[in-house]
Amino acid sequence: MSPWITVFLKEVRENLRDRRTITSALITGPLLGPVMFIMLMNIVVNRELEKADKPIAVPVVGAQYAPNFVAAMKGIGIDAKAPVSDPEGAVVAQEADLVLRISPDYAKSWSKGEGVQVEVIYDSSQRDANTAVQRVRQAIELYAKREGAMRLIARGLSPTTAWPVQVADRDQATSQSRAALMFSFLPYFFVLTVFLGGMYLAIDLTAGERERQSLEPLFANPVPRSQILAGKLLAICAFSMVSLLLTLAAFSTAGLFIPFDRIGMVLDLGFHFAGTVLLLMLPLVVLLAALQSMVAAFAKSYREAQTYLSILMIIPVLPSAMLSVLPIKAVTWMYAVPLLGQNLGIIKVLRGQMVTGQELGLVLASGFAAAAVAIGLTAWLYRSERLAISG
Amino acid sequence: MIEVKSLHKAFGTVKAVDGVSFTARDGQITGLLGPNGAGKTTTLRMLYTLMNPDQGQVLVDGVDAARDPLSVRRSLGVLPDARGLYKRLTARENIDYFARLHGVPEADLDRRRDALVKALEMEDIADRRTEGFSQGQRVKTAIARALIHDPRNVILDEPTNGLDVMATRAMRRFMFQLRDEGRCVLFSSHIMQEVGALCDRIVVIAKGRVVADETPDALRKQTGQANLEDAFVSIIGTDEGLAA
Repeated sequence: MSPWITVFLKEVRENLRDRRTITSALITGPLLGPVMFIMLMNIVVNRELEKADKPIAVPVVGAQYAPNFVAAMKGIGIDAKAPVSDPEGAVVAQEADLVLRISPDYAKSWSKGEGVQVEVIYDSSQRDANTAVQRVRQAIELYAKREGAMRLIARGLSPTTAWPVQVADRDQATSQSRAALMFSFLPYFFVLTVFLGGMYLAIDLTAGERERQSLEPLFANPVPRSQILAGKLLAICAFSMVSLLLTLAAFSTAGLFIPFDRIGMVLDLGFHFAGTVLLLMLPLVVLLAALQSMVAAFAKSYREAQTYLSILMIIPVLPSAMLSVLPIKAVTWMYAVPLLGQNLGIIKVLRGQMVTGQELGLVLASGFAAAAVAIGLTAWLYRSERLAISG
Repeated sequence: MIEVKSLHKAFGTVKAVDGVSFTARDGQITGLLGPNGAGKTTTLRMLYTLMNPDQGQVLVDGVDAARDPLSVRRSLGVLPDARGLYKRLTARENIDYFARLHGVPEADLDRRRDALVKALEMEDIADRRTEGFSQGQRVKTAIARALIHDPRNVILDEPTNGLDVMATRAMRRFMFQLRDEGRCVLFSSHIMQEVGALCDRIVVIAKGRVVADETPDALRKQTGQANLEDAFVSIIGTDEGLAA
């Protein structure tokens, strides 16, 4: 049996007996993402549904001046509520999403055929209120347009006189791509799972082994250190791989728990998705294992390694955070940046598109190249005299 | 046989080992005596190729450690200063791990391990996980795993450190047994009485240099002291860092 296999088997066996590693690699790591995802999505979906279906009640100041307007609004799901004494104050204090104000001379101007004004008082920095504000605006504009058309027709003119240009919406978003927009953070869960799956192992196999003073006897065996490192890296990869498989399995059931169809979205997390994610993540599994080992080899103790690695954990967040804030158009070269490539690829699959062979090739080639560099650096660290000596 | 020729090793400006030479022969117990910080552990670490000497040569059974470190490690059984075990594995699994790394054939593994378990009187702990082992139980396990490949040369760094009286006596008996099997046994210690009781040859190290390399009798004669401990103190010039 090759030494690296011996090392691999021993590390796997030993760590399967460690409750903390098992919990992190097989339970919290893989399940954290899907559970959070399902909870979050349920909240989002339910809120969307509530806002779309339910009539909203809006405080209207001066409703008595424009009974026709109020009645028309009621017809499209916007109920007039008792007015508030200080509309501006109420909006700022978030007591009301928005307030409508109708001036006392509304009726007089209206009957003269003049323009009238309806004030919509809102605070655009309250994102929560924006949907309601938009609905009310649209309703008012629709009403205005309809009444305007009536006036034109009454004067014997065609309504197109006033609105020569008509907008016709042709939205090309599929129900799948609309869903993908909401899930730009999903790739991070996969990266995080791989990270957590291997983290405790990486610490234990390098910093931990040195702290427990077993690295020196291990290096006294007639085995090149590169073989020992290979076995250890393989063990880390195996654990993070199992984590990844578990999380993919858990995600594939997520669709059952989220009522996507009710908001006109489709999310396919089945075999094609899982297979592509697995392929895209492969180089990252190796890269992260090497990086974690490298960082752990730097650290003087288990605790120190833990601190360093929790800082390292922030790095994979960056591409996901960046992509969800900045609407970047994916350009081919971006697939050659590890982490970013994975992010783009996973989002693309979520949108129901295929990752092209070229993109996949770039992700794999760049990822494995980065992994090779990280392994080389770790191997170099492993050769140092300092590594074996504890205390 | 282990031959050490003019070894040097410095850490920054500190010369930890400054020209150490000696020979440990087969069928003998050679003791490396010196106060704490004299350079014993660093010397031994260069012997089992954990560290590379700045200068000098190590030959184990005629093989140069710098040229062929793997062969040298194969012919050595080492109980290093650090003797950490894998606490989630049993004593037996700890031993088997090292046996496989040494390439001991699976067919011989059980026989060899059981023989060592018996010789070290550790039958009762062999199948327990090593977490919570006493110091003596830990050393026994560490020695068993160091000797599982039946090496001709045995290096023990402070083997009785932290052991109680019973365990120390058992350890000495075991070292005599290794010698009587014709092996080359090299061990380090800062305990004068232990070195005196065990060694066929004594190498005294102080401040990174060899200050004496004799049989116990010759040492007594050379210093004119009838008592070996007095002889050590007179050679080293102080009893600081030594233990009776």
